[in-house]
Amino acid sequence: MAAKEELKLLGVDVSPFAIRAHMALVIKGVSCEYVVEYLSNKSELLLSSNPIYKKVPVLIHNGKPICESLVIVQYVDEIFSGDGVPSILPTDPYERAIARFWAAYVDDKFFPVLRGIVLALTEQERVEKATETFAAIEPLEEAFAMCSKGKAFFCGDSIGYIDLALGSLLVWIEAIRRMYNIEIISASKTPRLSAWAERFGESAAAKEVLPEVDKAVQFGKMLEAAASAAAASK
Amino acid sequence: MAGAEDLKLLGMWASPFVLRAKLALSLKGLNYEYVEEDLKNKSELLLKSNPVHNKVPVLIHNGKPVCESTVIVQYIDEAFAGTGLSLLPSDPYERALARFWAAYIDDKLLPSWTKTSRGSTEEERAEGKEQSAVAVENLEGALRECSKGKPFFGGDNPGYVDVILGGLLGWVRASEELYGINPFDPAKTPLLAAWAERFGALEAVDPVIPEVNKLVEVAKMMQAKLAAEAAGASN
Repeated sequence: MAAKEELKLLGVDVSPFAIRAHMALVIKGVSCEYVVEYLSNKSELLLSSNPIYKKVPVLIHNGKPICESLVIVQYVDEIFSGDGVPSILPTDPYERAIARFWAAYVDDKFFPVLRGIVLALTEQERVEKATETFAAIEPLEEAFAMCSKGKAFFCGDSIGYIDLALGSLLVWIEAIRRMYNIEIISASKTPRLSAWAERFGESAAAKEVLPEVDKAVQFGKMLEAAASAAAASK
Repeated sequence: MAGAEDLKLLGMWASPFVLRAKLALSLKGLNYEYVEEDLKNKSELLLKSNPVHNKVPVLIHNGKPVCESTVIVQYIDEAFAGTGLSLLPSDPYERALARFWAAYIDDKLLPSWTKTSRGSTEEERAEGKEQSAVAVENLEGALRECSKGKPFFGGDNPGYVDVILGGLLGWVRASEELYGINPFDPAKTPLLAAWAERFGALEAVDPVIPEVNKLVEVAKMMQAKLAAEAAGASN
């Protein structure tokens, strides 16, 4: 049998990026030590493992660090594969390209405006960001129809790459609803995503990994405060 | 010969993102039809093939579109796995490193360069310059780490990161004439400077990189246009 695999994940429970990495490991059924980081007091291990960004998540596999959530997810998918092991990315090159396209869309187009709702300094700015976020979720609603082809998740019957990319943000989408009464995913406006979100939340991996929404709300309030403080000090 | 692989690339000659796709196709020895788009008058095909972003490059393979330069390059490598060079390394850890650095180029290096040349205030441009210096220093380290003394990020042969960074080479060369700056200063980043020469001289690369004087011309026209707009706006 192969030498013992040593896996350590440095993360923060409310970080969507850490959630992606953590869920990928749970989906693969591999055990891993989860090291909770405190962003105001980052560990030596985090700083030395991710000197470029100094951010979570970092996966340390047999002492070697892998950084950036989607890079980690692809790495985990490739290292832990074989008979009976669920796949995160599709095997067909074209379907893989579609999966990568939409994951990139989530990070490049959707996430920045979603985050902008929390970091907005004025009510007007918040409304602007919300409007942009509503516009940004629409292509994802369409994409779900195209990619899932009637199945439960974006990439098929089980949670895959796009599901992780977007699903990791669901805690924040719900937090934003509670904080500002802004509903990015709703049964009326985004029925497919609304149903998908429920299925995602009900999955074993999500139940194991996703934090309570109130934790994200608390974190969100901290981010708001930090954003105003930063703006005030300029 | 195998059944016709229909490969079409929608592009714009000056775009570094399009150049990435061309480099990947060239390094793999693949034939394709190139369609030059007029970005002020985008074709139906482009709009239909990339409805989300309406941008180039788009690779259309047997009628199916692939969008986003890094996605396209990985697709070319995977769909044509048996042909020509392998762009992604075979070892999963090295693959993760390659993907990390490719993302770094787009998330940190490019935005810092854009800020330096197109920042709207002097403060912003100065910040861009600082960030650019850090970014190239990190990339110099990346080249050292990935190449392990060999000529390319990919080792003996060019690979994924070489292609992703290589897409910027036309503009890197033009930068010296436009701004008097060599982003890969041999004094500060000797490995990158040598890499740029070496990669640029490859038979599969040299003919594909856009001509520097044409890029300079385009940049000067854009600068003049922006200046005119700024002058008009301040009246």
